[in-house]
Amino acid sequence: MTEPGNAVAEAGGTPPHTTTAPADARPPRPGKARGGWWGGDASEPVRRNLGLVGVLVLLYLIGVFSRPDIFASGARLWSNELTVLTQAASIGVITIGMTFVMISGGIDLSVGALLALASVWSTTVATQSYGPGVMIFTALAVGTVAGAVNGILIAYGRMVPFIATMALMVAARGLSQKISGKLTQISKVDTINKIAETKVLGIPLLVIIFGAVAAAGWILLNRTTFGRRTVAIGGNPEAARLAGINLRRHQVLLYALSGLCCGIAAIMVTSLSNAGSSDHGNLYELQAIAAAIIGGTSLAGGRGTIVGSVLGVLVFTQITNLFIVNNLQLEFQLIAQGAIIVGAVLIQQFRVAALRRPAPPGA
Amino acid sequence: MTAQDPVVLRLAGIVKTFPGVRALDGVELEVRAGEVHCLLGQNGAGKSTLIKVLAGVHRPDAGEIVWQGEPTSFSNPQAATKAGIATIYQELDLVEDLTVAENVFLGHEPRTGGFVQRGRMRRSTREILGRLGHAEIPVGRAVGKLPAAAKQIVSMGRALSYDARLIIMDEPSAVLAHDEVANLFRVIRDLTAQGIAVIYISHRMEEIREIGDRVTVLKDGRTSAVNLPARTTPTAELVSRMTGRSIEYVFPDRPAPAADRPSAPLLKVEGLTRHGEFTDISLTVGAGEIVGIAGLVGSGRSELLETIYGARRAHAGQVRVDGRSLPAGQVGAAVRAGVGMAPEERKSQALVLDEPIYRNVTLASFGKYATGGFTNADRERKAAEKVADALALHPRDVRRPVRTLSGGNQQKVVLGRWLLGQGTKLLLLDEPTRGVDIGARAELYQVIRALADDGMGVLLVSSEVPEVLGLADRVLVMREGHLIHEAPAAQLDEETVLDLVMAGSLLEVTAP
Repeated sequence: MTEPGNAVAEAGGTPPHTTTAPADARPPRPGKARGGWWGGDASEPVRRNLGLVGVLVLLYLIGVFSRPDIFASGARLWSNELTVLTQAASIGVITIGMTFVMISGGIDLSVGALLALASVWSTTVATQSYGPGVMIFTALAVGTVAGAVNGILIAYGRMVPFIATMALMVAARGLSQKISGKLTQISKVDTINKIAETKVLGIPLLVIIFGAVAAAGWILLNRTTFGRRTVAIGGNPEAARLAGINLRRHQVLLYALSGLCCGIAAIMVTSLSNAGSSDHGNLYELQAIAAAIIGGTSLAGGRGTIVGSVLGVLVFTQITNLFIVNNLQLEFQLIAQGAIIVGAVLIQQFRVAALRRPAPPGA
Repeated sequence: MTAQDPVVLRLAGIVKTFPGVRALDGVELEVRAGEVHCLLGQNGAGKSTLIKVLAGVHRPDAGEIVWQGEPTSFSNPQAATKAGIATIYQELDLVEDLTVAENVFLGHEPRTGGFVQRGRMRRSTREILGRLGHAEIPVGRAVGKLPAAAKQIVSMGRALSYDARLIIMDEPSAVLAHDEVANLFRVIRDLTAQGIAVIYISHRMEEIREIGDRVTVLKDGRTSAVNLPARTTPTAELVSRMTGRSIEYVFPDRPAPAADRPSAPLLKVEGLTRHGEFTDISLTVGAGEIVGIAGLVGSGRSELLETIYGARRAHAGQVRVDGRSLPAGQVGAAVRAGVGMAPEERKSQALVLDEPIYRNVTLASFGKYATGGFTNADRERKAAEKVADALALHPRDVRRPVRTLSGGNQQKVVLGRWLLGQGTKLLLLDEPTRGVDIGARAELYQVIRALADDGMGVLLVSSEVPEVLGLADRVLVMREGHLIHEAPAAQLDEETVLDLVMAGSLLEVTAP
């Protein structure tokens, strides 16, 4: 109500000067310099994420000082970082899906539970009997369908994303307990179990999967109509709707995408533990949301990057790793993670405020 | 009120400037104790800004506020309330889930050591409602469950709970039925009998005649007349004080009526109804024709436009574009049929402010520039640059975020969205020049006329009567959800239209 914009609208009939808008004196800037498929806005997130890269460097330096035996030796650092990345992989995949949902202005609290459900469903005795292909398909399908249920509740049931996905967070966990009888379901399918052990050119397959999902996510967000719709809906849902974008259908697709990521992560976690369990993915929703926020994704929607989210996951996992290699208690690790979240959000708000300084008046 | 009553409020030379607009440009006002002082003015004349200055929301850049003999400046709304000035806004600021008593004493509950004295609060509320002649309103009922008229009484009760000496009412009758208005007037008379002054804002001439003592007229941020007697000043004089313009609107020439206009209209709306918003609206828009709808805020004009566009679902009636009927409530179908819309609230309804210009221009069509789901930013930018050139957009760099543009240029971005060669045939424009300065307005008028000359049909809604009359070929007048008049723009003048939209004398003559 006190925003000058409203008052300007009210006072529309009383302009102080009657100049006609000046003809544009400046020649249009040459638009080609950064054109092309990879060009244009791609360097933007890199600049925006320099701070996160700085935090990673800082964490590395802390590592060098506290455990020089690991962080100052090339070979041991390499193997330690591969461990970090392997741990980050399943959370990372989920964070990519979460990033899309959050950019659209939503949130998905059910990711951890959907992971558990997908892992349990794909490792029942019956499913295992059909072999690895059907197991993978089952995990992906269960995640996607459950995610779509989230989307349908939100888009067509007009439920707040927080509530709808919280309902599925509880219900999917319960369903996975029912299916497994609260027992760990050992995977006897070698192909699945070996995924976590496989290395391609010295890099664990899980890390490669994370990288592939992140790359696909980047392309989807920045280079496709799907991504454009996502950003538009998050930036201004009413404007998107009035421009003819089918808001509801897109919401269903977004939560299905998040569910699909849960299915992928379920296979990764199953492979790491050689089992499906209703306890898998516990608190993953908090970690994924935190990682996305650290990466600069706004809870209010409209803003966020894949690169930022990947860096957010790495920061989060690297902190955990530092605490483990220094034999510090879990409690301190949690406190540090909380501090990082607060710091990241404060910095983000500061930046947004700077971005939104009042526009120069007049035409 | 008599001439001997003391002046409680005097404003002199109030100026308030916002970036790009001088909203108030030397406003005078004198209010006496116990009078109902009416504030009259067209939309955009500065009434709301003036209220906000009095309520402590805005601080004036220049000028003097003398309140009960003391030069004053209110730094915030609380200061104004404490000083005894209460404002009842059009959208009542009540908390629906709290009770009547809690609302009346919201923010200044009687308390002892942090505990609210609920009993005392209820008793005081009952006493206040009694003073307003509405002791029957249950003080323990949640306000959300009360009818609109009772809510207004509760709002007034809040004003009295602060011991207000001046109550500002912004179009209080807009939400009330006829008999409720009579009741409201009774309450106002009780208040003024107690020496409380009222500033009353309304578009309805007959109300001003009935309840008002004196009238001050605002026009283009200045007072064009002060302290006219409310009952005896002729309507013609009031209207001319409101409209006599110092600013020339520059409208493009209308083309001669085309004799060869195709017989089938581009847009044909039949019996369109949304309960509570508008009833049984039928209209047509031809290709190359600009049709203007004149009407007050709340007359249902914006809702009508959004329903034609499919952003609201019609309860009855049909919309045909080029003879093909549009499904109700589907924006996508309307867009595919060649309908484009520039909504009323540019920032909240039309633009993704942090996104670059070109992405806002292509918001409705980026799919058309994509191949197999992959967007093509280069093609989008080139198309947007072409549109930016055609509309003389400033700045030209289409990668700038839309947030940084002025109002007029933001509107060009919204218009440009429908000019990308995706075959838009019909443009629905809701208040296209709101918040746009006069130079940019003239430019927008040229653009809209040029589009019509190219065969686009335009349906335009504006609160500013001169704009409708100057720009449109044909004018429809809308009032309280009904179309009450239709005529070629050349056959209407501003006074006639204002009279119609405000339910003046012509209504009885021309309404079917």
